[in-house]
Amino acid sequence: MKFKAMSLSVVLALAAPVAMGEASVEEYRAMLADKDANPGFLIIDKGEIYFKEKRGPKNASLEQCDFGLGVGKLKGAYAQLPRYFKDTKRVQDLESRLVSCMMDLQGFTEAEVKAKLYGDQRLNENNTQLEAIATYVAFQSNGMKIDPPLKHAGEKETLKLGEAYFWNRHGPMDFSCATCHAEDGKRVRLQTLVNVYNKQDIQKTMSTWPTYRVSHGVARNNQHRMWDCHWQMRTPDIDYGSPATVALISFLTHQAKGGVYDLPGMKR
Amino acid sequence: MRNRMMIAAVIACTSLAVLAGENMQAKIEKLVAASFKPGEGQDMSRLVQDETQKLCSATRNNPKAKDADALTAREKATIKYPADNKLMGDWKEGEKLVKGGFGMRIGTIEPDPPAKQKGGNGGNCYACHAVDAKEVAAGNLGPSLTGYGKLRGQGEDMVKYTYEKLYNAQAFVACSSMPRLGHNGILKPEQIAHVTAYLLSPESPVNK
Repeated sequence: MKFKAMSLSVVLALAAPVAMGEASVEEYRAMLADKDANPGFLIIDKGEIYFKEKRGPKNASLEQCDFGLGVGKLKGAYAQLPRYFKDTKRVQDLESRLVSCMMDLQGFTEAEVKAKLYGDQRLNENNTQLEAIATYVAFQSNGMKIDPPLKHAGEKETLKLGEAYFWNRHGPMDFSCATCHAEDGKRVRLQTLVNVYNKQDIQKTMSTWPTYRVSHGVARNNQHRMWDCHWQMRTPDIDYGSPATVALISFLTHQAKGGVYDLPGMKR
Repeated sequence: MRNRMMIAAVIACTSLAVLAGENMQAKIEKLVAASFKPGEGQDMSRLVQDETQKLCSATRNNPKAKDADALTAREKATIKYPADNKLMGDWKEGEKLVKGGFGMRIGTIEPDPPAKQKGGNGGNCYACHAVDAKEVAAGNLGPSLTGYGKLRGQGEDMVKYTYEKLYNAQAFVACSSMPRLGHNGILKPEQIAHVTAYLLSPESPVNK
């Protein structure tokens, strides 16, 4: 107790020039970093059940899905996404790949897969099966280096488009992603913002998605993060697994190359 | 001769770069068109960029001086004033708008509830600016506005500048990060006058 009080005063002294809010925010973040307390693990377990469950008109599981390393090979697959897929002839991230596997293997239509994308935190809902499955598949790359391939022309083009789109200003707020995420030490209110051009910063971010979001009470994936930012920018809903989200995720993932996945993350 | 060739080379390079830029913009427009689906609750007009958004996107907010001048002049010409032409409104009304962050969220996943929409939009100023020193949860994307009026006084020019800056930040700084609050219809002219008063009035907590 005494130690805790002392360490807090040290923190406060060090943070003296910064706003008082920073010290308590740091403590809060330290608590979020406690892996054993991460409810995301429960969602991963659920995701595994859904992944292996026979579902859809074709009554099949997702175990035959190829995430880039071969049919059914999950270990390390997320660490090498997004990538170009020959069968779909486009670059896909984890979630857009899941959508195509659910359509091909299980026989769902795109509309069926996308009918309910996210658990609604306002209604205290649990994660959707789609969210849980993505969290499970991503977790199979925990501890591995972020290493998206950049050989295929499609991968190179997607990366280029992703960066250009990152700077694209639209909507009634005139915002682009870069408005908030291209400088060090910036905050919206007290929420610190990742600088995508700061290697350490972006590695720390990308290596911890999917993440358990305490304020939502569920795990969230990159697609939700892309949607959420666009929603805050007051655009229409950006489509799940759309070319723009995949391009953005491709750009962000390449910026974070070499970081080590530390999953599941836990954030505000 | 050598000079002329160099000039020609520079022109060729510049036009190639411009062409590459336009090419990329066209690709981005295609990308956007493929990534948002029209339907109930989706206002697709929000994705259509105006001249200013296009230029700032293509140049990553760093337009050439000549283009920047044209941009600020064009944006300045868009500024509208309250019907009674009073640019200093009621600072207490302004405070509510500065604090409020509600409004304009659309789509089918989490649109603003219609009942709440009746209260109108907020300016969401604290997302990016420190304003009243008592509010610690202030962002830092924009400069601190604490003591704004105390530092600058309430002269006619300052009132006009503050109103116009709030109405359309890009009338002064090309490709400013700040939303064009009035021009884009986030706040009405009368509301911008209230926020102007909140920043400038000696009675406002901003200047205490």
